[in-house]
Amino acid sequence: MEKILANNRKIWEKAFVASRLRDADFSTMSGIALQPVYGEENSEYPGQFPYTRGPHASMYRSKLWTMRMFAGFGTAVDTNHRFKEIIRAGGDGLSTAFDMPTLLGLDSNDPMSEGEVGRCGVAVDSLADMEDLYSDLDVSALTTSMTINSPAAVILAMFVAQAEKRGIHRSELGGTLQNDILKEYQAQKEFVFPPRQAMRLVRDTIAFTNAQMPKWNSISISGYHIREAGSTAVEELAFTLANGFAYIELGLQAGLKIDEFAPRLSFFFNAHIDFFEEIAKYRAARRIWARWMRDRYGAHDERSMKLRFHTQTAGVSLTAQQPENNIVRTAIEALAGVLGGTQSLHTNSMDEALALPTEKAVRIALRTQQIIAHETNVAHVADPLGGSWYVEALTDEIERQAEVIFAEINEMGSGSMLDGVIKGIEDNYFQGRIADSAYKLEVEFGKGKRIVVGVNQFLEGNEDDSIDTLEITSADEERQLKRLDHVLRSRNQAQVDEALAKLGREAADPTVNLMPSLIDAVSTYATLGEIMSRLVGVFGRHVEVPSI
Amino acid sequence: MAKVGLDGHDRGVKIVARLLRDAGYEVIYTGLFQTPDSVAAAAVDEDVDVVGLSMLSGAHMMLVPKVVQKLKDRGVDIPVVVGGIIPKKDIERLRQVGVSEVLTPGANAQEVVAVIERAISNHRMGAPVERI
Repeated sequence: MEKILANNRKIWEKAFVASRLRDADFSTMSGIALQPVYGEENSEYPGQFPYTRGPHASMYRSKLWTMRMFAGFGTAVDTNHRFKEIIRAGGDGLSTAFDMPTLLGLDSNDPMSEGEVGRCGVAVDSLADMEDLYSDLDVSALTTSMTINSPAAVILAMFVAQAEKRGIHRSELGGTLQNDILKEYQAQKEFVFPPRQAMRLVRDTIAFTNAQMPKWNSISISGYHIREAGSTAVEELAFTLANGFAYIELGLQAGLKIDEFAPRLSFFFNAHIDFFEEIAKYRAARRIWARWMRDRYGAHDERSMKLRFHTQTAGVSLTAQQPENNIVRTAIEALAGVLGGTQSLHTNSMDEALALPTEKAVRIALRTQQIIAHETNVAHVADPLGGSWYVEALTDEIERQAEVIFAEINEMGSGSMLDGVIKGIEDNYFQGRIADSAYKLEVEFGKGKRIVVGVNQFLEGNEDDSIDTLEITSADEERQLKRLDHVLRSRNQAQVDEALAKLGREAADPTVNLMPSLIDAVSTYATLGEIMSRLVGVFGRHVEVPSI
Repeated sequence: MAKVGLDGHDRGVKIVARLLRDAGYEVIYTGLFQTPDSVAAAAVDEDVDVVGLSMLSGAHMMLVPKVVQKLKDRGVDIPVVVGGIIPKKDIERLRQVGVSEVLTPGANAQEVVAVIERAISNHRMGAPVERI
């Protein structure tokens, strides 16, 4: 840990006293008054560089993490209902899951979309679907996250257009666009364009939101998917932050000043089942980011240095066998996220390994967060594990191992993290390491060296498989096809053609920011597939070289 | 081993491919976003003994029968094994359209290899299993 000279506690106190607190009684259940944070005179405190213990002096005493449940299935109308159920049950932020065709920029009537529409998320083909998706939801009061990557700029354009159509100006919109294309090549595999061309769209969204949407997080730099694909905790952390450094360099190369756009980059980590390792991982993440922003990239504004993140509990840790056990796993993982100081949290449902979640399963997952928030009192004290010999040692070690990976990537990029990450993608560095780690873990499970309850031990109960699951049927697909057909027949085709032509011309000019043209195009009800197709015509299509 | 359709989750298919390779099989992985046609073409070109499909997106009832059909259209009789997120009620339906075996979550390496061997040997109706 850094040697700190002044009386940090006094400095922290000053910041804490200036914070607005929630109206709650911050004592234990038995009435013992709790300090907002524990430490010594000169230990590090939350809200102090390098923010190991949290970005804010008052942490959850001012504001709990956002309970942001990821949702989406069927048509926009179906998902709009699910959003409202979640809000009624106490969720306080929206998070949108799109179906596979939408994630890959295909319309529901594309030949490749057959059988896939609405199955893994909500189908969005045009602005009409986005209008239905957020219908009667106050997107100026609720923040909205959208898990979309290759078509992120188009979906953002649609989100802005639907809001402005009902009188909410883009500058009032708060939320997050995942828009983290680098991890697609590494892990989630929802790529469309080749990496360098795809980065141009990321640049355009950062510049656009920076200028016109001050409450909007332009990217959710993600480790969740990297971890789900099989990486270790250190790899999840290091690959994510390396991607973050790459986006910083992208913004700087685009002529932005670091303190203008870095404050609106956000992160997204996994909360896996190894409890203490996860908590240490989040603490190391904050510390590393702060140091790199200040020392490597010259940030001055502390908001550029404060890593803020959303957490999702690990889908990959959940089992198809004895699914009720997943409620327990999710609760433990959620607790790790909270003790690690997350700003936002999604908890998986118990039926995660079987299907998209039922309403009941989602409710239990949300209640899990509410129990942690309101019954356990863990949120009364910031970074409660700070000072633990174990957690501090683990934090330091994870940081050390991550720095080894940064050095490798930096070397691959001859001093540029952006070049290093792109080269790493081209050379299968990330994908190979992830596959190796995944295989190593599988071999350990196979040998019984690692136990997963219900899978390789404690199997009694597996035969009882009586939980209800959500079913998406071809009827959902048919409904969406009818909706799409209606849009295609009601719009002004000449306007669509003109907008697409303009988009194509501008896409070919790398100096042009495509967001305004995208907003124009979506407003004519040009479809996602038509727009993406036009862009593929200019940018090309990425084909992954298969490897195991 | 193939990923057919839009599902990009490839952790499982890569692990199974390695498990089989380590068990002595020669494994060809097609990569992502294959169509039923491209899977059948690859199976014929590579003269495989079995086709393994990884399906996690819920699109299996649409895509798997098409793979089986495309193989038939090409005049080859190669057993198809499906693994992934397959609801219990669909397992029998898949068998009815010609799938040899279905592997669901939790199958370990031994089970995977055993299922592949069984698919091949059942198909040859008792002929000895040859490994490349």
